[in-house]
Amino acid sequence: MPASLVQNESILAIDVGATTTRAVLFDVVEGQYRFVASGQAPSTAEAPFKDIGIGVREAILSLQKVTGATLLGAQDQNLIAPAQPDGSGVDAVVATLSAGPAVKTVVVGLLSDVSLQSARRLAESTYSRIVDTLDLSDHRRPDQQMDSILRSRPDLVVLAGGTDGGASRSIQKMLEAIGLACYLMPMEKRPMVLYAGNQKLANDVKELLGGHVGKLEITHNVRPSLETEDLEPGRHELALLMMKLRQRQIKGVEELNLWSAGNLLPTAYAQGRVIRFLSKLYESTRGLLSVNVGASATTVAAGFNGELTLGVYPQYALGENLYGLLQQTDIADIMRWMQLDISSNMLREYLFQKSLYPSSIPATKDEQALSQAIARQALYLAVHAAQKDFPAHARPARVGMMPPLDLILGGGGVISEQSSLGQSLLLLLDAIQPVGIMPILLDQNNLLPLLGVAASRSHYLPVQVIESGAFIGLGTVVSVIASANYGDQVLRARLAYADGTEARAEVKFGGLEILPLPSGQTGRLSLQPLRRSDAGLGPGRSGVVPVTGGALGVVIDARGRPLQIPSDPVRRRELMKRWSYTVGG
Amino acid sequence: MLAPVLHILPLATIIRERTLPVAGKVNVHVNQRVNPTDVIAEASFAREHVLLDVGRTFGVSPAAADKLIRVQEGDRLKQGALVAEGRGMFPRAINAPRAGRVMLAGGGQVLMEVGDARVELRAGLPGVVTQVLPERGVVIRTAGALIQGVWGNGRIDNGLMVSVLEKPDDVLNEQRLDVSLRGSVILGGHVRDLETLKAAAELPVRGLILSSLLSPLMGAAFQMRYPIIVTDGFGAMPMNSAAFKLLTTNNKREVTVNAERFDRYSGNRPEVIIPLPVSTEPPEPNNFETFAVGQTVHLRHPPTAGMIGTLSNLPPGLSTLPSGIRVPAAEVKLENGETVLVPLVNLEVVG
Repeated sequence: MPASLVQNESILAIDVGATTTRAVLFDVVEGQYRFVASGQAPSTAEAPFKDIGIGVREAILSLQKVTGATLLGAQDQNLIAPAQPDGSGVDAVVATLSAGPAVKTVVVGLLSDVSLQSARRLAESTYSRIVDTLDLSDHRRPDQQMDSILRSRPDLVVLAGGTDGGASRSIQKMLEAIGLACYLMPMEKRPMVLYAGNQKLANDVKELLGGHVGKLEITHNVRPSLETEDLEPGRHELALLMMKLRQRQIKGVEELNLWSAGNLLPTAYAQGRVIRFLSKLYESTRGLLSVNVGASATTVAAGFNGELTLGVYPQYALGENLYGLLQQTDIADIMRWMQLDISSNMLREYLFQKSLYPSSIPATKDEQALSQAIARQALYLAVHAAQKDFPAHARPARVGMMPPLDLILGGGGVISEQSSLGQSLLLLLDAIQPVGIMPILLDQNNLLPLLGVAASRSHYLPVQVIESGAFIGLGTVVSVIASANYGDQVLRARLAYADGTEARAEVKFGGLEILPLPSGQTGRLSLQPLRRSDAGLGPGRSGVVPVTGGALGVVIDARGRPLQIPSDPVRRRELMKRWSYTVGG
Repeated sequence: MLAPVLHILPLATIIRERTLPVAGKVNVHVNQRVNPTDVIAEASFAREHVLLDVGRTFGVSPAAADKLIRVQEGDRLKQGALVAEGRGMFPRAINAPRAGRVMLAGGGQVLMEVGDARVELRAGLPGVVTQVLPERGVVIRTAGALIQGVWGNGRIDNGLMVSVLEKPDDVLNEQRLDVSLRGSVILGGHVRDLETLKAAAELPVRGLILSSLLSPLMGAAFQMRYPIIVTDGFGAMPMNSAAFKLLTTNNKREVTVNAERFDRYSGNRPEVIIPLPVSTEPPEPNNFETFAVGQTVHLRHPPTAGMIGTLSNLPPGLSTLPSGIRVPAAEVKLENGETVLVPLVNLEVVG
């Protein structure tokens, strides 16, 4: 790309998470955008600070220490912008935000399996907790619906329903119940409303709700026809509405919005945006999957030919709602991931203790094992929830399995702060259980959402930063699907290196094998499946594929899909330890 | 790095805002001295609403229905009172299904609020009202000892605190709750069975101050009508030594147990306040500090959760933990003489 296409603009990107605030500097080096450095500090949305600005400044100070650059005024601690001739300051700021309690949301649609599902998918594209739903099959009287809304005290109402030019009377009835409920709420507690239904009713919606809600936004119909779902305009409008809501709820958000000249987005939305963009850019024939396990939510963004599936799941977060995970899953399902002999009671107490102090981190190996097991299950649940919303053309060949992917990108504290890169990879493999052949990258500095929002300033920035190696390549994974018994040989693999040497592996069912291939190197991998197993080329099909290296190299995962985990705890722990040892302990 | 503060203070000026969940009437004035059980504000609110669709009932347009409505906004109606009356030789009527107040009348509909509920806000602590928040509540100032906890069951009460705790890791069980403790706030230890919570309810007690609780008991603890405060966490955890010393040395004093839920956004957390007489007003506690060598710190994560120590060194940069993670950490000298490396995010300053 010619250097002249890139504006010579330094960009400070700030991510305010539930527990950690990061300040990241992107700058132009030799005509290309590069990730320069990052600094971090604890987030300060919560008491006693109750102002995200404190954490933001601390994170910038930490970045200043790393880079030696002066970004904040010495006296007033205000951001220096634009960059000054003496080298201080930055040209532009962009920001993402995931801090704040889950947004209590009422979802409204007409048909429970059509517009209500679209409204739900729209609501789940941000940090919402659905507290009530209304649709035609709801047999409550309007006053009962109203009381239910009043009791749930929503922050947000997402309204869909009716194809464009279609039914209107039923929606109007629901609008009345919502309007009355909002009217009865104190002014400062009235929810914000996003209407994404029949466009013919937009004026009626304004008339019925306009004066009684915190803010009303009308966007494109998420279901313009029965067969079509169009979530993207609604997602964008919802992201903007979320930031307005956070400005109302959290001190310092308004200032950050001013610093960023309006380039402030929900972290998950920005993550989704960059995945959709990359999926288009790289003309990904299969899919790109990005997962982020955080304190406020576990987010899954998948791009298939430019079509985005975005699921934000506060119920699978590792922060203050962690104890709620036990309402979503059985404790035995978390225990199945334990590498150490730790009782379920200890796990239960850990969940509750961690909920009390969401920012705390595991200091010992036992705690680390607990933390990893919880993260695996949270991510497993989130990926399975998101998978239900993948587009029809991306459905997997077998029910319950992932569709083939071109790339997986993992991020979030619990994944990037593992004791080794092998542990990060194993966590992703266990929870996602991908099929086929794909590289897996680790977003160690949680840059992906920041690239998504920085794209507002420069379309080149995300691509140039990614191509400059800002993410860590963990390796290329080959997943083997086979109907075999534990220990049966299912694949012969041979990796030919660029220097003419080669490495071989006889892969047995139930095991993990690694063929070393350092980062930056490429090789040709010959796969010869046995017993009609499928190594990503089709059942029983052999072939040669080009592969790229990574920290682990080429990882052949023949542990089964779905993953075969023994029910006997002793045997299970032994196996888990072996897998862990294989990836470097 | 900024450090959160856990208040365990023998003497401090304590300022607390007490507010109603909905708008109501404040019963006290600035400079008024209040006791914990004084009702300082009250409000009533409707539990339910009833929507009467006059137009639909009479089969007329909303505009025509409006002419048949016989009530106005704000009217208080008894059960059976006439709401709307049809026309004709044998006019039909719509009557109020329950007693209530008309919230809206128009568009062919009448909306009533019914099922009045009353909420009374008690002072919760003895002190002086320093500010009245119109229609919402008050700010109260007092002086005394303050001990914050990590979990509360949402209730509040006050009474004489009686300690049955001999050492920080004592277990409170049913056998230790005898009739002499009736009407007291009990300073206990770790609770691991439902029978203990039930026995305390049967006495009854005015509150339980516990070191820890088994997490499966959390649901039952919410059901108890007396306040329960947990100082350290879930599982079999001893009481931290700072809270243990302060609470046991104040045995047989009147205490307020405000077991409100830990809300990390508002900063409200469960706490025990022990009002003490003072000649000069003690300082207000800081809500946050910066980590520094010499500070007394509370360790809030296993395996040293609940322990108190002194921050002895703040190594620059990142330190590698036994778990393999590299983070900013501090060396903390525990009360048993051992020194441990603890991530800063797992610490809070006691003060």
